[in-house]
Amino acid sequence: METVPEPGSNVPPKKDRLQTKKKKPRRYWEQETTGTAAGASPGPPRKRKRNRELRPQKPKKNDTSKKFRMSKKPRELKSPRPQRSLSGAQDPFAGPAPFSVEVVQKYCRIDKSKELPHPKTKTRSRLVVAEAQEEETSVRAARSELLLTEEPGFLEGEDGEDTAKIRQADIVEAVDIASAAKHFDLNLRQFGPYRLNYSRTGRHLAFGGRRGHVAALDWVTKKLMCEINVMEAVRDIRFLHSEALLAVAQNRWLHIYDNQGIELHCVRRCDRVTRLEFLPFHFLLATASETGFLTYLDVSVGKIVAALNARAGRLSVMTQNPYNAVIHLGHSNGTVSLWSPAMKEPLVKILCHRGGVRAVAVDSTGMHMATSGLDHQLKVFDLRGTFQPLSARTLPQGAGHLAFSQRGLLAAGMGDVVNIWAGQGKASPPSLEQPYLTHRLSGHVHGLQFCPYEDVLGVGHSGGITSMLVPGAAEPNFDGLESNPYRSRKQRQEWEVKALLEKVPAELICLDPRALAEVDVISLEQAKKERAERLGYDPDARTPFQPKPKQKGRSSTASLVKRKRKVMDQEHRDKIRQSLEQQLQKQEKAKPTGARPSALDRFVR
Amino acid sequence: MNANQAAESNLLASNQQKELEDLPKDYPLSTSEDEGDKDEERKHQKLLESISSLNGKDRQKLADRSEASLKVSEFSVSSEGSGEKLVLSDLLEPVKTSSSLAAVKKQLNRVKSKKTVELPLHREEIERIHREVAFNKSSQILSKWDPVVLKNRQAEQLVFPLSKPQSAFAPIEHVVNGWKAGTPLEQEIFNLLHKNKQPVTDPLLTPVEKASLKAMSLEEVKMRRAELQRARALQSYYEARARREKRIKSKKYHRILKKGKAKQALKDFEKLQKVNPAAALEELEKLDKARMMERMSLKHQNSGKWAKSKAIMAKYDLEARQAMQEQLARNKELTQKVQIKANGLNPWMFRNHFIDAKEAEVQKDLEDPAEPEAQETSESEEEKAVVEEETLLKEFEERRSLRQKSELNHMAEPVHRRVTKDPSSQEVLSDLRALCQKLSTENHQSGKQELSSARTAQREEPAREEEEPMLLQRPERARTLDELEELGREGCVENEELPRTAVEGLQLEKNLSNHIGAPKEKKRKEQMIDLQNLLTTKSPSVKSLAVPTTVQELEDEEERDQRQIIKEAFAGDDVIRDFLKEKREAVEASKPKDLDLTLPGWGEWGGIGLKPSAKKRRRFLIKAPEGPPRKDKNLPNVIINEKRNTHAAAHQVQVLPHPFTHHQQFERTIQTPVGSTWNTQRAFQKLTMPKVVTKPGHIIKPIKAEDVGYRSSSRSDLSVIQRNPKRLSIRHKKHLENNCVD
Repeated sequence: METVPEPGSNVPPKKDRLQTKKKKPRRYWEQETTGTAAGASPGPPRKRKRNRELRPQKPKKNDTSKKFRMSKKPRELKSPRPQRSLSGAQDPFAGPAPFSVEVVQKYCRIDKSKELPHPKTKTRSRLVVAEAQEEETSVRAARSELLLTEEPGFLEGEDGEDTAKIRQADIVEAVDIASAAKHFDLNLRQFGPYRLNYSRTGRHLAFGGRRGHVAALDWVTKKLMCEINVMEAVRDIRFLHSEALLAVAQNRWLHIYDNQGIELHCVRRCDRVTRLEFLPFHFLLATASETGFLTYLDVSVGKIVAALNARAGRLSVMTQNPYNAVIHLGHSNGTVSLWSPAMKEPLVKILCHRGGVRAVAVDSTGMHMATSGLDHQLKVFDLRGTFQPLSARTLPQGAGHLAFSQRGLLAAGMGDVVNIWAGQGKASPPSLEQPYLTHRLSGHVHGLQFCPYEDVLGVGHSGGITSMLVPGAAEPNFDGLESNPYRSRKQRQEWEVKALLEKVPAELICLDPRALAEVDVISLEQAKKERAERLGYDPDARTPFQPKPKQKGRSSTASLVKRKRKVMDQEHRDKIRQSLEQQLQKQEKAKPTGARPSALDRFVR
Repeated sequence: MNANQAAESNLLASNQQKELEDLPKDYPLSTSEDEGDKDEERKHQKLLESISSLNGKDRQKLADRSEASLKVSEFSVSSEGSGEKLVLSDLLEPVKTSSSLAAVKKQLNRVKSKKTVELPLHREEIERIHREVAFNKSSQILSKWDPVVLKNRQAEQLVFPLSKPQSAFAPIEHVVNGWKAGTPLEQEIFNLLHKNKQPVTDPLLTPVEKASLKAMSLEEVKMRRAELQRARALQSYYEARARREKRIKSKKYHRILKKGKAKQALKDFEKLQKVNPAAALEELEKLDKARMMERMSLKHQNSGKWAKSKAIMAKYDLEARQAMQEQLARNKELTQKVQIKANGLNPWMFRNHFIDAKEAEVQKDLEDPAEPEAQETSESEEEKAVVEEETLLKEFEERRSLRQKSELNHMAEPVHRRVTKDPSSQEVLSDLRALCQKLSTENHQSGKQELSSARTAQREEPAREEEEPMLLQRPERARTLDELEELGREGCVENEELPRTAVEGLQLEKNLSNHIGAPKEKKRKEQMIDLQNLLTTKSPSVKSLAVPTTVQELEDEEERDQRQIIKEAFAGDDVIRDFLKEKREAVEASKPKDLDLTLPGWGEWGGIGLKPSAKKRRRFLIKAPEGPPRKDKNLPNVIINEKRNTHAAAHQVQVLPHPFTHHQQFERTIQTPVGSTWNTQRAFQKLTMPKVVTKPGHIIKPIKAEDVGYRSSSRSDLSVIQRNPKRLSIRHKKHLENNCVD
């Protein structure tokens, strides 16, 4: 009975048997070894060849686990041994898809540089599993970056040309029609300076004039959703989680309208509101009032979560940190305070300016904060723990309004001029050396916001609304499940339900959101102590050394005691050594209190 | 263990008992065989008795058994008359010794050696022993499952019912590869194909075609073969030569060889240098590395075993001495730095020289027209040779320092000034040098150092005076720099502010020092300086293309005026001071409080206006432990709230789960987010995979040994025994006993 030959099977026809003893005849279905080198040294290559042929037969257990191991160098595109298939076709891209290590690094969340206390075997296996999982997920995420098809654009001047000299008209002329349509001006001189707000998807625009004019529109198609006059001064306007709801800070109270201009609520507990901020993941509407209160309103249940007294007079400067949902308030004494609804006092207070703070903005990564003050300075602060200024700049007339774009561009409204600065990359702070773009408006700036997912900066001023083009401002790729500019009503409703299900509790707002993934050490210690008290002994304490009995008469009491003593002494010595080291460290730390010591100090009198 | 041993011994005893019981069955005593020998035996016995009866004492005891004795009973055997105890073995002993009974005897002896048969163990005890043994056995059997259990516990996912592990995902073509020809038609086709060596899988080329493609022409093959042969022959020649050379013991030969090699290497290197400088550099680096290695090692330093032995010999043996020297030379050669072509002079020298010249120039610039001659001489002499120049420069410096001294003197005491200033010519100056120096030294050191002679003073002077000008120049330079800066920054508002703020800072500092105390002063000062710097950074103003209209209208002066206005507006509220005060309060509030347990009036007089003594207060003050350092300790412009966010803490993990001993370990396992917001769909699915999956509608049977690759063992049925030991069958008992015995 003849069978289809299997690559590894060793069943030669009978008549060839004699031959095999001398040298195994090569079969045509076997892969031919390349080159004549095989002839010179017939030993090892054949072995390799056999291995190669055996491979496809056995289930590759190792391969599956190894799939996501990151090699130091980027994967080669070609796999080392292409598999021969029945049809003779070869897979030109054999093996798993390639990925770049740098991109993977971006998604890695475990800080492996931190030294862990030595784990037991059981724990170690868990750790290994966790690390493998992290690697796998990050590799998958890196692979899926392939789907981000859009790339951010940018203005690049010809050599020596300053991009700030390029006017809006030039840009509009150069871009395609669809993009050119995004640049427009609304002349609304009648109802005073305007505040404006884009919805989270970047599709809708709401604006409110000082003299009561409130309107919302789909600004891409220019379709007006509603237009009303509230017959009261409008301080600020903001979309809630979707474009269907609109919060308007009016002279007296906070009002909420729907997208047809129907007043839904009048929140009387928030009175004399000057600034509004919406935290989308917590469904919180933060309001800063003239009376100095910062109030958090949960719009999903209509309850006031917290009302905090800032104790710093009138609050008129507010922004949110999109990274950790902390509210930044600017005060007239030059400080910026950071607030969370869970704490009655500010989390951090930073002295930023010599005069009062006029505007604050935080970038989308939560790393940088830009502030401008009455001292005409514009500063960029580092928010990662140090809160120190990274760069500062004196402006001819201090910036009254600041806004960060999704990709880290900083816009500042100074009088009737808007300046935009750009950084090197997404996470880098904007360099204040050279403005990236400038634009003069027909009136004084009163509100600034970059449109999400569109290279557009909306400016509300005394003469109306201006939508100007800022190439490279926004994130080019949007998350269709999270904020889809093209979503239908049904999709929006579905998203709403999901978002409500995933609502983050307000008390989770803290400076470092990753701290929530840490164990509460204090209560852990407390529980341990209580347990030890209850039991009368510490179950986790190390048992004192008990020498093992030895045979052949060496286990006399004296020797046991001696051994015990030895161990005790050793421990004692270790302790002393440690404390000495600590003392030394302390001394060393204490020493360089003065400025950096220099060899020239001895000449100073 | 003891119990076990006891059990074993017990069982042993019972065994032996059994054997005893068995005995009668196996070896029935036969008396009929002995009938024939009876008479002879009796005679012999009588003889023996008569002999023994010769002893008078025993004669009485002798009893005749001719009659039936009264004492004969069916219950007991009377041993009366025989005079000796009845021994069991005697009973068994046949009249004639037969080999067939030896074994029985031996067994009997063995039984005898055991003094008394022990009582059988208590039932409960036996049961306990049984249980123990059974437990040991079964735990041993069960321990085989440990790896399986461990694997299952650590498995990411378990799918029930357990099925064979699925083979890895393979493309259809690989699957088809394993397909066998089933029907006769297929078999026939494949037979045919194979016989004709036609390709089955790859339809492109037949083997013949491939072979023909690959085949070489005859000539080619021949040439190639010849080449290979030649190479092989050459290789063998070289090998043979190397072997031969290795065996040569002549030192001279080797030395010559080495030298030749060294020369060759040098030549090669030179050639390489010309042809390929990069490679030569690499070569040089190698040499350098060799040097380093040599320096690190103790080779060639006359410290080895060989060298020591040679050192002993060296006294008498010239050759040994030479060898040692050679080694040392080699060391030197190896450790010598490879010379990279340097610029003649020692860089240090060079620099010195340069600086001197520079100083001279500086001097020139500063020189007042009082001494033109000196200047001239210095200028002319500078052009001369280096050595000369240096000495001259020194002289020049001396002179300069002297002049400065004199100036200083003049400032201190006008009398000296006259003395030094008057002599304008160089000669007089040189004459007076000694005097001047004396004066200056007196001035400076206030007679501390005695001048034994003018010469020594002269020698000492230059060294000291080199420092002198630096000290004198320093403030001057700083002043000029300040001036320059001020000039440059005249228009800048910040600069004008700077002195003011500095003054403020100083005042503040004073206040603070009053508050806090002397030791903290320095620290505070630092912080203050930092803060000042922070807020008054020199930030360049933007030269914007589009300046806001309001600003544009202003002219420069007006602008300055406006700034002035702003500055004045903020002059009243000192933001920094307020902030610092606030921070201080925050720090104080967050500090743990000391506990004062002093009771006034205890141990001393109390009353209105009386305070407990300082000693007492100190004694009863319980100091709170110092907390961890504040996060904003080094950040002067920041107040970070140290209070714990209890609301967020409620959501944190508060108990460490089981295998983790340290919270950091656990934290590492929960650092990757699981939700679909942060992961791709596949990753999310994998992360949220259920630990156990059961297929609906399937019966989940318990795991079997066959499932995990073990063959089932007969002993596995021990578990049954363990469960109800009372119902042990005989077979099981025996089995168990066997187990226990061995």
